[in-house]
Amino acid sequence: MTVTKYKVYFAWDYEKEEAWLNEMSNKGYQLVHVGLFKYVFEVDHSKRYIYRLELLDQLPSHPSSVDYMKFLEETGVECVSTILRWAYFRKEAGENGFELYSDIASRIKHYKRIQLLFIAVTPVNVMSIINMGNIYSRTHSLSALIATILVVIIVLMLATGLYRVSMQIAKLSHDKLFRE
Amino acid sequence: MGEVKERIALTEAVYYILLSLFEPLHGYGIMQNAQSLSHGRVNLAAGTLYGALNTLMEKGYIKALPGESNTRKKEYVITATGKEIVMQEIERLRELVKNGEDVLRRNER
Repeated sequence: MTVTKYKVYFAWDYEKEEAWLNEMSNKGYQLVHVGLFKYVFEVDHSKRYIYRLELLDQLPSHPSSVDYMKFLEETGVECVSTILRWAYFRKEAGENGFELYSDIASRIKHYKRIQLLFIAVTPVNVMSIINMGNIYSRTHSLSALIATILVVIIVLMLATGLYRVSMQIAKLSHDKLFRE
Repeated sequence: MGEVKERIALTEAVYYILLSLFEPLHGYGIMQNAQSLSHGRVNLAAGTLYGALNTLMEKGYIKALPGESNTRKKEYVITATGKEIVMQEIERLRELVKNGEDVLRRNER
């Protein structure tokens, strides 16, 4: 039996998403597929998994991602689903737990990848604000105003995400000064 | 055996990976070996291990063994340069311990 749930998580909150998926697994809902805001769970109370999310360096079909996922598989890690560059991994809960990274440097590298993603989409959104704003100032149409406000909200959210990820990187970089 | 010019401190992950590869091993084998060598203290995560293995191959400290087919797990083994690096590191660690113990001994009196 499967259960589908709809939920919105932003990229910078992927650790909260992990926590939710692990809590669901605890309750017997095992994630088996991810779509846009859509999570499909298989009901299985006999198992307990730890889920981890990763923004891959390349799309999942790229040879380097294929090689990486094959490597993970050989260590007992299963890729449940991918959406764009995000991969959802899981491993059955055991005494050693399950983390993708055991050192600070790799964690910083992952956050920087997310940071770059935000930076890459920011110019497009800023351009949209300018365009929408121009259309509104010329036409004073309500739909142009709503569109402008929506894009402004998206940019503000992106800025929040960028800020949070940058803070994480700063904190880890500081830690790295005295420990691994 | 080429001279190793770099004077570096290895990370714990790299140190245990190199130690594990005196015998050819695949990824999961390295994780298990690092854990048993450190009596359960060092848990190498797969993502960290994957990144470290690629870096170590680029540097020529380890090499991948040619696999018979694509379905077989890839095995790695340490190179002569890698062994030199390990010896250097052990020397450095010995010096660290000695210096630490000297200071402690002086302060005991």
